[in-house]
Amino acid sequence: MTVNSNLVIVDTACANLSSVRFAFERLGVMPEVTANAERIRSADKVILPGVGTAQAAMRNLQQLELVEVLKQLEQPVLGICLGMQLLTNWSAEGNVDCLGVIPARTLRMQAQELPLPHMGWNTVEARDSNPLLANISPQQAWFYFVHSYAVAPDNATIATCDYGQTFAAMIRHNNFFGAQFHPERSGAAGAQLLKNFLELTDVNTRA
Amino acid sequence: MLAKRIIPCLDVRNGEVVKGVQFRNHEVIGAIEPLAEQYAQAGADELVFYDITASADARVVDKSWVERIARVIDIPFTVAGGISSITQAQEILAMGADKISINSPALRNPELINTLVEEFGQQCIVIGIDSFYNSETNTYDVYQFTGDESRTQKTTWQTRDWLREVVARGAGEIVLNCMNQDGVRKGYDIEQLCALRNDCPVPLIASGGAGSIEHFHDVFTLAKVDGALAASVFHKGIIAIPTLKQSLIDAGIAVRPA
Repeated sequence: MTVNSNLVIVDTACANLSSVRFAFERLGVMPEVTANAERIRSADKVILPGVGTAQAAMRNLQQLELVEVLKQLEQPVLGICLGMQLLTNWSAEGNVDCLGVIPARTLRMQAQELPLPHMGWNTVEARDSNPLLANISPQQAWFYFVHSYAVAPDNATIATCDYGQTFAAMIRHNNFFGAQFHPERSGAAGAQLLKNFLELTDVNTRA
Repeated sequence: MLAKRIIPCLDVRNGEVVKGVQFRNHEVIGAIEPLAEQYAQAGADELVFYDITASADARVVDKSWVERIARVIDIPFTVAGGISSITQAQEILAMGADKISINSPALRNPELINTLVEEFGQQCIVIGIDSFYNSETNTYDVYQFTGDESRTQKTTWQTRDWLREVVARGAGEIVLNCMNQDGVRKGYDIEQLCALRNDCPVPLIASGGAGSIEHFHDVFTLAKVDGALAASVFHKGIIAIPTLKQSLIDAGIAVRPA
């Protein structure tokens, strides 16, 4: 497999790092889990995982002095779940300013009478050209979600999902990508998405 | 559309998968990792691992297998068993578990639910409730320490009250184990699940009683649960997950194809 192995997973401490690391290891890649600014800057690709609350995660990134480091990255970055929400301008979860590298806002889900959190497998519909959903047919595009906050669909949305409302399942601005679901826990479709991320080239990430 | 979840439950004791009838007489089913992998490949949507001796023995679940499972499977899984502190929860989540499920320790110290939710987020805190229908008093009673028959005891909680309590404290999902039905394969407790569905604004998972494909149809269409958990029908090969899922799809129930 010709995949780039200079992959860094940002050690956000509050995140569920292991399952993300194992998912890449199943693809034959050994990522480095680190909070070291230099290592993150020099990586070819960066994963920002996330489990927990936006407020706690942002506080964590500030303590690790990683806020500016992450904002200035120019290589492909993939935020997963809370990690995606951290890429937006702001989250209603704790009314907290986030990294602001993708022009979007994270709001509490309005799921009508449906149970929250939105938990389980749901289908995702790609918008425009979405390099991360390459080689995944619409019939195969089932992914595992667990969240109560979501990004409202707007210009940065590259895939949508429905649960009482339509929300952004994936977002993207330049080199920054976000997935609200957990590709590391989404079977074959998730593995393909991670593989697609590893295979992104500069052509995919230029504005 | 959000899929209804099929969730094989693997009761773990001393590092092996076991299954008892009505929480008793446990027999060994097999090693954990091959079973976990087999279920993931067959199309299970999620797995639950209960260390059934943990709470009764007042020790935390033996954790080494959590990481081994996380390495091999690519679907979410929940770990339950004697988790009673932030440190224990942190360790299990860090090893790759997606959710932790709390049962007896939450009954002992309900404040634990709030603490865990605050620390790790609502989405990974599941509360398991063991509920027994007492026909003499016509009440649903909550039991604890059900992993060990000699220590199993009725609590002062009735199921509806405890359900409301744990939801108010931030539980992200409820697994309702209907003890009268457990392991006897006569069908899920539709009546109880229907009665409690409206009290449960978070995902509700039915547990106990699955014996046929029809039982899954019933629990999804009649009780409107989000997921159905089962053990013996899967472990004994009575129901194959791909067959089950196709049958549900044919009936128009939203399910992720196996």
